Order: sequence, then C-alpha cells, then structure tokens
Amino acid sequence: MEASAKDQRPALCNAGSIDPRCRRRLCFGSDPRRQPFRLPNPDSRPSGRPFPRGIIDLLPLTTTPAADQIVNDFSIQVATVNGSGSQTANLVLLRSLFQMGIPVSGKNLFPSNIAGLPTWYTIRASKHGYVGRKKETDLLVAMNAETATEDVLALNAGAAVVYDEPLKLRDLRSDLVFYPVPFDRLVAPVCPDAKLRRLVRNMIYDGVLSRLLGIEMTEMEKALGRQLGKKAKAVELNRAALNVGYEFADANLPKCDPFRVERMNATQGKILIEANAAVAIGAMMAGVTVVSWYPITPSSTVCETLIDYMKRYRIDKESGKATFAIVQAEDELASIGMALGAGWAGARSMTATSGPGISLMSEFTGLGYYTEVPAVIIDVQRAGPSTGLPTRTAQGDILSTAVLSHGDTRHIMLIPNSAEECYELTMTAFDLAERFQTPVFVMTDLDLGMNTWMADVFTYPDKPLDRGKRLDAETLKRLGEWGRYLDVDADGIGYRSVPGDGMPSYFNRGSGHNSRGQYSERADDYKNNLDRLARKFETARQWVPREFVELDPESEIGVIAYGSTHWAIEEARDELRQEAGIKTSYMRLRAYPFTAEIGRFIDGHRRVYVVEQNRDAQMRSLLTLDLAPGQVEKLRSVLYYTGLPIDARSVSDEILAQERE
Amino acid sequence: MATETPALPAPGKKINRINLAVQAYRGGKSTLCAGCGHNAISERIVEAYFEMGVDPHRVIKLSGIGCSSKSPAYFFGVSHAFNAVHGRMPAVATGAVLANKHLLPIGVSGDGDTGAIGVGHFVHLMRRNVPIIYIVENNGCYGLTKGQMSPTADLGSRLKNGVVNDLPPIDLCALAIQLGATFVARSFSGDKKQLASLLKAAIAHRGTVLLDVISPCVTFNDHEGSTKSYAYVKDHDDPLGEMTFVPFFDDIVVDYEPGTTQEVKMHDGSRVYLKKIEEGYNPRDKVAALSLLDHTARKGEFATGLIYVEPDRGCFTDLLNLVDTPLSMLPEEALRPSREALDEIMERLR
Repeated sequence: MEASAKDQRPALCNAGSIDPRCRRRLCFGSDPRRQPFRLPNPDSRPSGRPFPRGIIDLLPLTTTPAADQIVNDFSIQVATVNGSGSQTANLVLLRSLFQMGIPVSGKNLFPSNIAGLPTWYTIRASKHGYVGRKKETDLLVAMNAETATEDVLALNAGAAVVYDEPLKLRDLRSDLVFYPVPFDRLVAPVCPDAKLRRLVRNMIYDGVLSRLLGIEMTEMEKALGRQLGKKAKAVELNRAALNVGYEFADANLPKCDPFRVERMNATQGKILIEANAAVAIGAMMAGVTVVSWYPITPSSTVCETLIDYMKRYRIDKESGKATFAIVQAEDELASIGMALGAGWAGARSMTATSGPGISLMSEFTGLGYYTEVPAVIIDVQRAGPSTGLPTRTAQGDILSTAVLSHGDTRHIMLIPNSAEECYELTMTAFDLAERFQTPVFVMTDLDLGMNTWMADVFTYPDKPLDRGKRLDAETLKRLGEWGRYLDVDADGIGYRSVPGDGMPSYFNRGSGHNSRGQYSERADDYKNNLDRLARKFETARQWVPREFVELDPESEIGVIAYGSTHWAIEEARDELRQEAGIKTSYMRLRAYPFTAEIGRFIDGHRRVYVVEQNRDAQMRSLLTLDLAPGQVEKLRSVLYYTGLPIDARSVSDEILAQERE
Repeated sequence: MATETPALPAPGKKINRINLAVQAYRGGKSTLCAGCGHNAISERIVEAYFEMGVDPHRVIKLSGIGCSSKSPAYFFGVSHAFNAVHGRMPAVATGAVLANKHLLPIGVSGDGDTGAIGVGHFVHLMRRNVPIIYIVENNGCYGLTKGQMSPTADLGSRLKNGVVNDLPPIDLCALAIQLGATFVARSFSGDKKQLASLLKAAIAHRGTVLLDVISPCVTFNDHEGSTKSYAYVKDHDDPLGEMTFVPFFDDIVVDYEPGTTQEVKMHDGSRVYLKKIEEGYNPRDKVAALSLLDHTARKGEFATGLIYVEPDRGCFTDLLNLVDTPLSMLPEEALRPSREALDEIMERLR
C-alpha cells in the first residue's frame, strides 16, 4: 500500500504507510527480524539484537518500498503511571487490533501499588500468531516522566516513540523515530471537566496510533463502545479524545516508522479473556458449590469473577436462592480449611491463592491428602520467595506444591498453558479431586491469569461430572462390609460416605488410622496406609491429562516445558529452525504425576532442554525422581526468572548457546 | 466403631421421642485420664442429645487437636466426625455447614486450641454466627504436651513444676459476646444439672453457641494454686441462678414466681428459665453480660450459666440465602449451567 506524494492528507486507507513528508528515514537493509542468527554476546545490549546498518537522516522519501514495511508484526509498550486510567485506552487498542483479525496479546507489567508508580502495558500484534511476550519494544508510548528516559534508552534502533511533548525525549537518541504529542493541549478542548482530563488524555494516544499504524477508526470506536458499555458520557468524551489524537497525527506527524497493520482473518470466532476468568468459568461449569478464599494478587480475580458469574447463572430460578456459598475467609488457612470441610461433607469446593497462600495451606493440604478429602486449589503463581514480586510472574511453586506439607505427601497438579486449558483443566481438577478423594492443584501463573489472551470459544463439557467412588446402598450390599479406607478395587481408592447421605459414618482424622478409619498407632496399619496412598497416586498417572507431544523425527533435541512457557517455546522452536537450522521435538507437561510417556520422549532424543520460569529447575528436579539415571543425564535447563513473562528470544539464545558449548 | 446404626432399644428400656435409647448416643471408650473433667462433659452431651431427641445421623462432630479434641470419639459413635488440625476446626466446621446446612455440628475444642493457635478462626466463627455448638473444655493448660500454660490460665496460677503464670487470661465468653456469638454460656464439668440444661438450651438455639466449660485437668492442673482445680472452681463458682430448660415439645409445667425469673424463648420454641440470684440480670443485655464477666473475674470468681443470648438473629447460612436442598446434595442439573449460558458468556467475550 503506497501513499501518493500528491496527497496532502492521506486518506484513511493509506494510514500506516510511511509518509512522503517524512524528513527523516531509518534505513534498514531488510526487516531486522531477518538478520542472521547470532550468538548472544555478554557485552552487547540486553536484547542481543544488532543495530540496523545505517541511518540516512533528512532524506525526503518519495516512495515507500514494501520491504521497509513491517506489517502486523510488532509490539507496543505503553508506559504510564499506575492509577492514571490508561487501562481503557490500552484495552481499546488491543481490542481494535483483534477486531481487525490480527492475532494479539496484551500484558500488564504493573507494580504492587494502587496509584503513582510506573506501569507498562505491552501489546503484541503477530501475523504468525505468536502471543508470548516479545523481548523488544517496537513502539513506545511514553506518558510517564519518571521512566521515559530509561524506556527510550532501552529501545532497539529503529523503534518509534510516541511521547508527551513536554518530556523532550527527541534528543536522547538519533536512531529512533519520535512523535511528540502535546497531550495536555489536545485534551483541554475535548474535555472541559479538568478532573477527568487525566483519564481521557490516554485515549489520545490511541487516536495517534490509529493514524500511525493504520488501525481503522471504526474498529477503535467499536472497541471503545464495548469497553465502556452503557456509560454514554464516558464514551462521548473518549471518542472525542480518540478523534483529536487521530487528527493531530494526521496533520502533524508524518509517518516515519515501518510498522503498520493490515486487516487479517485470524481472530474469527475467538474470544479475548484473562485466564483467571477462564478458571472461574471452568469452576462454575464443574458445579462448584463452596468457595472460600482470601484476597491475594494475582489470584483475587478468580473468585471475584466467579462471584459475578455465579450470581448470574447459579441462582435457583424458582426460589431465587443461591446454589453456592462463596466466603471471603479470614486467611488462607481458613480458606483451605473451609474447602476441606465442605469437600468432606460432599460439596464440590475450591479456593484460589498464590505462593504465600500456598505456604500457609501446607498443613491443611497434608490433612486433605492423609484423610482423603477432595478440594480444588487454584495457584496463580507469582514471583517469590516470601512476598517476592507480587505483581510479577513465575513458575516457582512447582516443587513445593508437589510435596506440600510435612511427612510423605504427594499432590496431583494440573498445569494449563492457555485460557482454554485453564477452563478445561479446572473442570478436570474437580473430577480428579473427587475421583481420588484428595486436594488437586491447578498451577497457573500471573502471566496467564491477569493478562489478556486470545482463545477459542470454550466447548461445553460433554461428560457428566465424575463424583468419584461414593458409597451407596447398592455398593454397600455388593461389598458386604465397608471400611472407609479398604482398598477393595486395588486402585488405592476407598469408597466414601458423606454426612447426611444415610450411609454408615466414619471418623475423619489426621492422626494414624487403619483401613476402617479407626485410631491406630500400629506399625502395620501405618505402613499399609502409606503404601495404599502411594498406590492411589500411581493410579492417578492413568487419569491425569496426558502430555502434549510434537515429535520431529529428524530432531536430536527435545524441549520440555509447561504452563505459560509454552508460548515462548512455540516461537523459539521456529527461531531455532529458521535461524540456525535446528529442529526440535516438544513435550508439554500438563500434570503431575507424570505419565510413562516422558521417559520415552527423553529416550528418543540426545539432549532434552527443560525450560521453566524459576531459578532452581524445579520441574527438572521433580522429573529426576521418576527417571532412570541415563535419562536424567540428558536433561539440561533453560531457566528464566526476571518476573517478566518468558520470551522466545531468551529461550532460543540460551539453547543455541548450550548447543555450541 | 462408627459404622453401626443404632440398635433398636430393648423392650422396657427408656427411649426418647425418636425412639432411640441412650445407647444410640454413646461412643468409644475414653482414653483420657480417669477423673478428667472432659469425660463428664461427654456424658452430659450424650444425655442432652438423647433427651432432646436429636437424630445422631444428622450430627457432625468436629474438633481440633488436644485432649479435648479427642473426646468426640467417646460419644455419638454413629455420627460423622472430623478431627482437624490444631486450632482450625472452626474453618472445617464452617465449610461443612455450608455444604450441608441441615447438619447439626457440635465442635469440641480446648483452651489452647481455641485461645492460642486457633484464636483467629474462633474470632471469625463467632463473628459469622455459624450454626454450631462450640464447646471449649477449658482446663487452663496443655494436657497432651504435659502441662504447659494456656492463654486461659489465670494470672498468678501455678503449674505443678512451680511455674507461675504472669500474663492475664483471655476470657473466651467476653470475647465471644463482643464478636457476635448469639449464645454464650459458662459451666463447670462437675455441675451436672447446670451443664445438662445449658446443653439442651444450646441444642434449641440456631446460631453460634459458645459453651465455655471449666474442666479441671486431674493430671497437670488440679492442685493447690491452680484456679482451674476442682476445689477452686467449687468454691468460686458464681452461678447466675438456677436454670431450667423446657424443650418445645414438653408441656410447660414449671411455675416460676414473676419478678424473680427470667424467661428466654429459644428459636425452636423451647424456653429457658433463669431463677435469679442477681436482681434484674437479663441475658439479652450485652452490656450487662460483659459487666458481669468483668466483675466476677475481678473477684477471682467464675460466673456460670447462660450469660448472653440473642435468639432471633439470622445465622450464617441464612445470610448466604442458600437453597433449601443441601449444596452437597444438589443434582448435576442444578450445578452445571446450560449450554446457552456458556454461549452467552462466550458471546460477551468475543
């Protein structure tokens, strides 16, 4: 799409093309993404990306070579101050790209603070469908004086900066494209109420980006309508700000960067969702009835969203009464205590928390394991140890959760990688909790839970709820005699009764007990019980979701990853293949206990990289418990632990570096 | 063992209004020390539930950790039971009641379980007015770990090994009243009549019952110098008055003189009559109740009897507006929203 030099004001359809009035042009030999792959140099800039070959300044441009355009493949970073109301503008931007059919992802890199500290929102558009975090920022929107200089200095050459004019950023770098925008001057006429200007001014950068990138204004306005809903006054104010931004850019900011969008058809039928909401929908569809929780970032929106959905869809139509109880508990100990009390009494119960809450739940989950009481625990992992980085992501609870609590304890963990799997595996977790009569953990993380993801429409569950082995009159007759922990089916799982079901009772106790639940300190009773629990965990291997495997018959290298790391792996494998000719096979773990498949996967490869977002190679450590020594020797680690979501480049750089050692 | 159903009573044996003999309410043999106050409390629990005709299949027994928390094994053998972790029984009880609001929970805890490790959960149980009878078997010491001081040990009380308590005690009754418990009473394990009456009144109540029962530890805390010894409590027990409880299913035949008795009508229609010692004591007056506790404590005495009651306040399950069917018994159709509901949710996210 070329802009005509004759046009004084390019028409909408040309928006996004490099403007002939651009006085300064950055000259790339080609798309920098197509630079030959190079090893990371420890002395180089953190991105490890080469600078473009040169800069030709003040060169009037008469044509727009297609090679200089980068279409539907860039990342935008909006730097603002926490609490300044930029979220609406950011989501409108994200949604308008999505509505244009372009694959997108949105990540909020925010501080543990209500207002005043720096926050960044990153939007990635990728025609390839890559939705992991992109390491480099292509377009910076600099609204925060505090971080603007640092943000600009961190950019790669060739990036573009839309900035608040008084910040005077232009002189910091000569290898960037700068677009100064006088936000305060523009917002005043469209927003007479001075108190609202701080919020409304953010919409101006959406207008500017619409013009610069070629995002259709009709889609922006539609997204704005969806975002603000019925708030007519707010819609009107923001629409005015959007337009003023567009018009300003059109009249004053000649297009000088190569990034632009073009309508695609890659988001048809998809939804945009934060995976915490997906967990909530999964829990509701799984028939959860008792939910107890204690607020903690990044898990709070699981239960908050669940409350909204349950009030809408789980009120009995005839009586107007609730088919659920949701309680904000006094702490995480009480949250899990209530969930176990409810699970013992026959309800489908859950709690949601993050690392510090998991630590507090340690004693109770051991009780749940030993007394065999179902409950679902959602762990939206954040960066630890201790308080750590409450608003940053990690996969740091894997090892401790697998064996959470004192004594010989093992827990079932399900590990979703996407919004779809957060929905599906949450439902699975309720079935497994009742099937195995034990606490089941769903290990998501902040990146999944609090960021916006594209997803396929969730499918309605086609299987009935699995309420597990419950004692009923018929079973009682068949068994002849009943003991709560008698292993009559040789799968380690007994039949349980619940209070009020009319079946024989038992004494649920965390102290030593025999197969009938009676108090016992006998050596044989204790050992038999622990052995049966181990047998039950073995049975679980057959029931948990299987690993996802993508085999390349020509590859010597295997990659193992799990959870949100998946998105960086998908892209890193492409990078390795395209840039260094390295083919890889991939296994994505979805549950603990592991299946026997993992050993076979490792056997089929010379080296296997376990990629995870923690320092201590937690999953690799857990794997070694199940593997033969020869298999363990093949394992290598790629570890990423900055608090930011892992990116593909960090993975491919590290694998390549280790391959060349 | 807890799996048998109650046997039909032998002909001629005393049965209650649901045709059960007292045997149906008994449990396993106690493993607590001979003479332990807790055993006497278990006896009273058996009697009260038998006499009130409570269906033991609807009862759930809950406890934490400690000597007191072992005692649910010694009554109601046919009932379900949950022996939780130390101090955290209130959370388990709350969850169980939410799962099935038709259950009748009785929780047994101790002074360490309630006043120390579990005080945070105790506080919120009271505040929520969860329907439960919560009994603290209060002996002022940690028996199962061999006699350390607990948070209800009185200032100046002395352990067998000579250690003197130099911290003031927590008054669990005062705490419960302030926090919102709707039935607060204190008794003594050795006072058969009063304890039985209080338990029956507690059964008739709907909401949180705190029953603080002073129960001397015969092994570690029943010696001279202990304010929770049998001898001390017998001398310093300050009963609010003679208490009579009349269940809703009995004809009211008692005849108290007006002006000297206080009648309290319970949730289920039962009545409690307090024959006054202190003129004008009204167990529905929160300030008077707290004042009484403070005055008696200053004199080194224990006020016993029904200290505070608020029979009409809605309990936690009322507040949550739960459907009549227990949540644990709801069929799949009530639990899983329709395909149309999911479609609607998805449509909003497009």
